Amino acid sequence: MTNETSWISVCAVGDIVPDTGVCALVHGAQVAVFRVGGELYAIDNLDPCSGAAVLSRGLVGNLGERVVVASPIYKQHFDLRTGECVEAPEQAVRTWPVRRQGDHVQVGQADA
Amino acid sequence: MTTRLVVIGNGMVGHKLLEELAALGTPGLEITVLCEESRPAYDRVHLSEYFSGRSADELSLVTPGFFDQPGLHLRLATRAARIDRAFKRVTTADGEVIPYDKLVFATGSSPFVPPIPGNDRPGCLTYRTLDDLAALAGWGAQSKRGVVVGGGLLGLECAKAVRDMGLETHVVEFAPRLMAVQVDDGGGRILHRTIEELGLVVHTGKNTQAIVDGSGIDGANARHAMKFADGSTLETDLIVFSAGIRPRDELARQCDLGVGQRGGIMVDNFCRTRDRDVYAIGECAQWGGKVFGLVAPGYDMARVVAKHLHALLTREEARDLPEFAGADMSTKLKLMGVDVASLGDAHGATPGSRSYQFSDERRQVYKRLVVSEDGKRLLGGVLVGDATEYGTLLQMMLNGMDLPEAPESLILPASDGKSRPGLAVDALPAAAQVCSCNNVSKGQLCVAVAEGATSIGALKKATRAGTTCGGCVPLVTQIMKAEMARQGLAVNNHLCEHFAHSRQELYHLVRVERIRRFEDLLARHGQGLGCDICKPVAASILASCWNEFVLQQEHASLQDSNDYFLANIQKDGTYSVVPRMPGGEVTPDGLIAVGRIAKSYGLYTKLTGGQRVDLFGARLEQLPLIWEELIAAGFESGHAYGKSVRTVKSCVGSTWCRYGVQDSVGTAIDLENRYKGLRSPHKLKFAVSGCARECAEAQSKDVGVIATEQGWNLYVCGNGGMKPRHAELLAGDLDTATLIRYIDRFLMFYIRTADRLQRTSVWRDGLEGGMDYLRDVIVHDKLGLADELEAEMALVVDTYECEWKRAVTDPKVRARFRHFVNSEAGDDQVAFVPERGQIRPASAQEKRAFRGIPVVVETE
Repeated sequence: MTNETSWISVCAVGDIVPDTGVCALVHGAQVAVFRVGGELYAIDNLDPCSGAAVLSRGLVGNLGERVVVASPIYKQHFDLRTGECVEAPEQAVRTWPVRRQGDHVQVGQADA
Repeated sequence: MTTRLVVIGNGMVGHKLLEELAALGTPGLEITVLCEESRPAYDRVHLSEYFSGRSADELSLVTPGFFDQPGLHLRLATRAARIDRAFKRVTTADGEVIPYDKLVFATGSSPFVPPIPGNDRPGCLTYRTLDDLAALAGWGAQSKRGVVVGGGLLGLECAKAVRDMGLETHVVEFAPRLMAVQVDDGGGRILHRTIEELGLVVHTGKNTQAIVDGSGIDGANARHAMKFADGSTLETDLIVFSAGIRPRDELARQCDLGVGQRGGIMVDNFCRTRDRDVYAIGECAQWGGKVFGLVAPGYDMARVVAKHLHALLTREEARDLPEFAGADMSTKLKLMGVDVASLGDAHGATPGSRSYQFSDERRQVYKRLVVSEDGKRLLGGVLVGDATEYGTLLQMMLNGMDLPEAPESLILPASDGKSRPGLAVDALPAAAQVCSCNNVSKGQLCVAVAEGATSIGALKKATRAGTTCGGCVPLVTQIMKAEMARQGLAVNNHLCEHFAHSRQELYHLVRVERIRRFEDLLARHGQGLGCDICKPVAASILASCWNEFVLQQEHASLQDSNDYFLANIQKDGTYSVVPRMPGGEVTPDGLIAVGRIAKSYGLYTKLTGGQRVDLFGARLEQLPLIWEELIAAGFESGHAYGKSVRTVKSCVGSTWCRYGVQDSVGTAIDLENRYKGLRSPHKLKFAVSGCARECAEAQSKDVGVIATEQGWNLYVCGNGGMKPRHAELLAGDLDTATLIRYIDRFLMFYIRTADRLQRTSVWRDGLEGGMDYLRDVIVHDKLGLADELEAEMALVVDTYECEWKRAVTDPKVRARFRHFVNSEAGDDQVAFVPERGQIRPASAQEKRAFRGIPVVVETE
């Protein structure tokens, strides 16, 4: 992977209600972008456990050291930093680079 | 080889024998049960509940299918008339001859009717069977005043029934005080006063000498007049004799079985009569010169006989067969809401015994302890007005445990308002019998806890402890908690890692500290970021308390996806939409509008169990559009997505139905409109039926209302679903205003005290004191909470607004209803295929086949 990540602005920071997520369309892919505390996180929107594109609509919080989102379908937790599924590690999702640029939220290419 | 067993009588004890035998699975047993009554065993302990709305079916002790078991023949309305022991046969009143190898008398007892001239006049009744109760109800309807002869335990039960029928009720007792056997003078005095304050008239020390025609006497027009030895008279329209019981031993006398002087078939420790093939159990038996008029010793006898028969028939080496060894006659009961308990030597008859007394005439509480001469052992006691300590005292007495230095501390109210240190349950021996009705020891409870019964409901199910009279439930709960702690099973009710509090505690904190935002709650009482457990709980508590719009900025992030989008998420990420149809009533125009909207958005439609229409397959971005149209057609949010009041189902009621006695639809609509939107620990379902036929199935709901001629019966804590449970009667014949007040209190009390995601039925199972306790809180306002609970409900009712109306008109909220934050496109993962003329979600396989084809929902 090159270090020249191409970034896409997906929304204003204020478009994401604090401690929730939104879904962004990034190069044809669905990306769930979360604003938790002061941080931004991005993972695939598709929930591998249910096959529904819904992870952006889950409740966020922490389990111990992990910052997680709970899938609204069957409630599995996904680690927002690593994409790992806490209950079923084989069901990991991809994480995406995300950053705040001024007032904008920008998403880069998916991590491999 | 078959053994023919004939059991005469199918009362509580006779039936217990059958259950025990069935549980032992004794092979080759052909059992014939002769039951004089027209219905099989029912719960006589709770008989008076028949007058507060419990039906004969609900009182039944027979589990469905019980008498369908092979080898078990029940003969209802069949009276045994003769026994021929030489030929081992029973002849019925119809002349049928039934041979036996073994015979068990479980004939019970009959009410003692004092030999007073005139005691057979019409309207002179007894109180023992369901038929007696039906007769009493019939006479009650044509009477203004009723007298109960007998101020003992059963007499007072019966007096309650007479009062519940709305009659002016008098109790006539021969002894100088009420419940003379169980309580002493001090206790009798408090009991007397309490009962008179309930509107009954008590006459003690009255010896009835004759009952004569009452018409014309003193210008009154009563059916009877009772003449007493002191020259006074009492006019009345009906008389119920409840002055003790007599063993039904007439058949035993006929076949010369050996009957005690004061009645009762004499039995040995195995409950055998002088004929080795004949047993007697329950109130017809006499052991050690005593007849035991309580159910627990009867059950004990049933167990003894079952084991004995089993051992005989299986020819098992049985050295440790249980024997009947007498019974402790301590009792605790609730008479018209008054706790009365009597333990052991209640009268201090033991030589050298000392006693301690406490009485509080304002609260109408009387307590007495009888202790041994050295002050170390408890011998007995009396508790009137408050019997909280009964379980503790009983165990101390039965197990001969050491009393504290100052035994009076056991009954004195603690001055700091805190409860006294209860019984150290750890000090109870494992063999201590905790539930005497079902013979469950502390050891058995501990084993069940170790095997996973860690809730009071589970423990009752596993051991049957507390399932008959319920008196031991507080102690059972204590033992369960202690055992869980001992086994290191965390009795940890912390909500999650973010809050070291239970839901109830958080609710309390939110109320008391007037906390209105999750971040304040977390900052003051929690840690971390929160999670998908505590956030929805906090959201629900905040909504129950303050009822602010759930989607306003500071609450939005707490909502589960369903609440966040005010719709029910489905497996494919689409939503279903349920407009409210209060009481299940909808106009043709309303139905047409719903149909038109469903059609224009291509939604799948299905009727729900709550009498409304569910529209499936709505995409996130369609929700506000659909709702704009529904609101324009006059609909409001149905809250199908919330842990909140869902629906109030109804039948058509007296408006249309030939049988209806009240307007069930009108009441259902009023209730639904009152409570709509109320957030609670779990969903709440209601129903209102217009008559006892119960077409709305109200008894399967959290709140069920059933019309009566006089008003409404209120049932609570029912459930359909995974663990069906019938709702129980909380109060009967209520006017509509009282009905609503009780529902207000009930709902707010549940919201205040339930666990997260705990339906009312499970919550009720965990309430110490069960339905009686709930009735005390809701109806009798024992905790003094009623006004507070009603005020809390009033706030929620007054601040109701339709969430969808608010959501579609608030631009910030409405902007959230889109799939992509940066595109107007829809979710390309959603695909539908047709089925039976509507859509359904495509399977994964079907979706793969679609790949590359744009997915469009066809609309006209």
